[in-house]
Amino acid sequence: MDLRRPNRPVIGPKVRQVGFVTPDSAAATSSSSIPAVSAAAAASAGSPPSSLSPVMIPPPRHPSTEMSNPHFHPVGSYNPSEQILGSPPALSPSRSSRFDADGSDFGGDDDESVALSGVGGGMTPKSSLLMCQPVTKTAPLVSETRKRDSNASKGKGEGPSAAPKEKLTKAERRATQEAQRAAKAAAKEAAAAGGAPSVSKQPKPATKPATQQKKDIPSGSGPLQPLAPSGSIEKKQGKKEVAAPHPRMQFDDMTKVGKLKKRAVVNQSEARNRVELFRHLPQYEHGTQLPDLESKFFQLDLIHPSVYQVGLQFLSDKISGGNARCIAMLLAFKEVIQDYTTPPEKTLTRDLGAKVGSCVSFLIECRPLSVSMGNAIRFLKNRISSLPHNLSDKEAKSRLQSDIDRFINEKIIIASKAIVEHGVSKIRDGDVLLTYGSPSVVESIFAYAHGIKKNFRVVVVDSRPKHEGQGLLRRLVERGIHCTYTHLNAVSYVMHEVTRVFLGASSVLSNGTVYSRVGTACVAMVAHAFRVPVLVCCEAYKFHERVQLDSICSNELGDPDAISKVSGRKDLNYLDGWAQNENIQLLNLKYDATPSDYVSVLVTEQGMLPPTSVPVIIREYGIERLWT
Amino acid sequence: MWWRSASFIRDRQNQNPNPKPSSLLHSALDDSPSSPTSTSMAALNPNPNPISAYYQTRAEHHAVVTSDWLAQSADAAAGDVAASSGAASGGSKGEGGGVGVIEEFNYWRKKPDLAEAVAAVMALGAVIRSSEATTMNELDIELKKASNNLKSWDTTSISLSAACDLFIRYVTRTSALEYEDFDAAKRRLIERAEKFGEISLKARKTIAMLSQDFISDGCTILVHGYSRVVLEVLKMAASNKKLFHVLCTEGRPDRTGLRFSKELAALGIPVKLLIDSAVAYAMDEVDMVYVGADGVVESGGIINMMGTYQVALVAHSMNKPVYVAAESYKFARLYPLDQKDLEPALRPIEFGVPIPSGVEVETSARDYTPPQYLTLLFTDLGVLTPSVVSDELIQLYV
Repeated sequence: MDLRRPNRPVIGPKVRQVGFVTPDSAAATSSSSIPAVSAAAAASAGSPPSSLSPVMIPPPRHPSTEMSNPHFHPVGSYNPSEQILGSPPALSPSRSSRFDADGSDFGGDDDESVALSGVGGGMTPKSSLLMCQPVTKTAPLVSETRKRDSNASKGKGEGPSAAPKEKLTKAERRATQEAQRAAKAAAKEAAAAGGAPSVSKQPKPATKPATQQKKDIPSGSGPLQPLAPSGSIEKKQGKKEVAAPHPRMQFDDMTKVGKLKKRAVVNQSEARNRVELFRHLPQYEHGTQLPDLESKFFQLDLIHPSVYQVGLQFLSDKISGGNARCIAMLLAFKEVIQDYTTPPEKTLTRDLGAKVGSCVSFLIECRPLSVSMGNAIRFLKNRISSLPHNLSDKEAKSRLQSDIDRFINEKIIIASKAIVEHGVSKIRDGDVLLTYGSPSVVESIFAYAHGIKKNFRVVVVDSRPKHEGQGLLRRLVERGIHCTYTHLNAVSYVMHEVTRVFLGASSVLSNGTVYSRVGTACVAMVAHAFRVPVLVCCEAYKFHERVQLDSICSNELGDPDAISKVSGRKDLNYLDGWAQNENIQLLNLKYDATPSDYVSVLVTEQGMLPPTSVPVIIREYGIERLWT
Repeated sequence: MWWRSASFIRDRQNQNPNPKPSSLLHSALDDSPSSPTSTSMAALNPNPNPISAYYQTRAEHHAVVTSDWLAQSADAAAGDVAASSGAASGGSKGEGGGVGVIEEFNYWRKKPDLAEAVAAVMALGAVIRSSEATTMNELDIELKKASNNLKSWDTTSISLSAACDLFIRYVTRTSALEYEDFDAAKRRLIERAEKFGEISLKARKTIAMLSQDFISDGCTILVHGYSRVVLEVLKMAASNKKLFHVLCTEGRPDRTGLRFSKELAALGIPVKLLIDSAVAYAMDEVDMVYVGADGVVESGGIINMMGTYQVALVAHSMNKPVYVAAESYKFARLYPLDQKDLEPALRPIEFGVPIPSGVEVETSARDYTPPQYLTLLFTDLGVLTPSVVSDELIQLYV
């Protein structure tokens, strides 16, 4: 279903803004007036991915009377007044809602061109031309998608996979299909005629849960956007806020990305010039959205302020490192729980779980979760769902909070101490220890070893663009440890001298693969070639039962600009404007996978283990201890 | 090292006036065999003899005694026992508990048929028997003290410490049950300790049975070191009427190979003796390598008599399987990263001629074979790949 590649050349301007309607687009907003109540429906139906999450709340719009029923409307020439997206009043679920499938299809192909339109609210002629191409190309796709779409639209308030709640009779279903087919044919025709692709609009039944509705109302901005490219896939509002993107979601699957974007809070402008092989990863540029998000603080009243704060810190890289991020997240959740009151007619176990889920999806938008955070969330959700039902709110909350404290304490803090003790036992007098980046556990090992008067030196290996090693270097030198600082390029040069390599890890997977800061694999392989033992220090709560063989399938992309610019060298500007050139693709990977062959030992709080024993630890201690 | 990188040149200069960190071996010889980490333990119960008691015992039991250094070391050992028993009794006054664990241990240790681990457990059993503790908890504490004494008395013996740990673990688990009255529990523990010798023998039988499938008619087996388990394996293979050749390394300096080949020859197995340096030369005709182990460590590697590593390396490079026969009580929670990452276990080496002055002698008694050079481990838990060792250890101890 990947038609995206053939379409690539068609992509218009390189800078796309996908996402929120910012104040300047207010005009468009107001003009495309849609009843607030139906906003969510519209978003789900045909709204552009840019329409974003129902969670965020743009200024209120006035309900408009113009509802367009037409199934098709020219995508390219977006005219607010003609907006077909306007859906019938939310309360009147219409059959026609199922017709939007076509829109979703071409959206799925090429969201990029469409996304453009979102910015100004008006389409340029050029972009309209662009758009038609995807439509024609994707024709075969339509039928396939349509089925799913129609299905999805039936189940209101449910994720796409959920079974439709309202039962349709066979006749009804057939009628729907007919209509869809007709719509599709019409769309094709329109496209073939060189006209703009048409989209059918469909309103959504307004049978949403109360909380959702609250969220939805504010999210009126969705409909403002002309067309959702990928977004046209209708999503059910139901669980959406709660459902976080699947950790291994394929981000080159445009339909899924569209769904995701529609509910995104964070303005995710896409990276330009995706790198081949890495298209399936989330391609967001972080950092640039910070001011944007900050300005939205008062609009996002459903996100707890502490979560919001942590999210911003993730986004701006103020908090980085697996343990720090995990602790920050857990503490924020603690506050969420503290301030939580169960709404009437709800049970705490369910509602709080959903609430945490929506916080998590906000955090994911800020930055993909690390494995450690994922495990912590699993722990918390499990604790929530296993609460006895007869507990009072207060008891339940205090119990959850003490659970969180216990997790932080046992799994992170005490575990780090145990690791330090094990790790120090491998440092002998006269050793030369090498580390890469700035792993927190390794730093405490060095500090402790220095504290007990071991005589050793440290080689800190660092790399662009984050230069995290400099912080480590400074702290070690302040303690009086003899250090050498070098860059990854020179690692083979200094490795002669080294007697032990200490590395940190973001995660250890069950085949022993160490998933860690990019460059770790390089250091480990060089060390292996020089027969230097490699010690990977990692708390057991970061173990994950997944298996990964390379660094491609699952990874995180950083800002490509970070590697195109050299700080302090204004003259090295060869890559300026690289985004304009389609032949340049910058790849800034954040993690890599080190095969277990290059790891001599894993230092965990359970002792020193060979990497082959990870599954045993997961089996014996992962589930059992994490869950209880 | 002449290729020292530039960034360290200055460091070297700083270090040269002060030769301390120059050679680990050197410092080990000069100072004492106990590494910095063990000094605290050693201080608790000093064993002044720089010679590894474990390897001394092994030499006495298995080696062909040809020279007078053994007599010397026997003297040393005797003095040692006296010294340590003094220390132990001195300590035991304070403890009231571990009376003479070490004498007890030494008594059992002298018996050539007993594995060191068995001796250790016997000694701990004696502690229980003589204990005046009235609760499980007291007994537990007393036992732990005794086992720490024992372990610190000979820090080089892996099976000693592993057996102590294992037994303590057993006691803890038993006491955790607490369903019986104290006397019954105590009796049970003593019984268990006394049966440990049997368990050890049974383990050897199990291992021998398991490894029969791997020995086929007409194969040639290279053996390094004297291992009771390997002997049992070969014995059983011979009694099963398998026809095979054995190449036996000489096993300097203890010449354990001489003794081993003698035993094999007595069983009617064709055996050929090699000098240790002929391993690579002979590897061509070898089908498999069998070694025992002093200890099996968490990585799945083994610690064994000096030379095992090089045998395994040669075998690995010629794609010959290396089989290790070891009882599960030799599994130890250790994780050496390299050869020097072990308690040094030293022993005297006799060269037959006076050593020129100013020449150092490497006297380490054992080496560490990393798991990637081992094919399979035959244990009483079954036939294991090296990586399973850690899994078993985790289940046992964590």
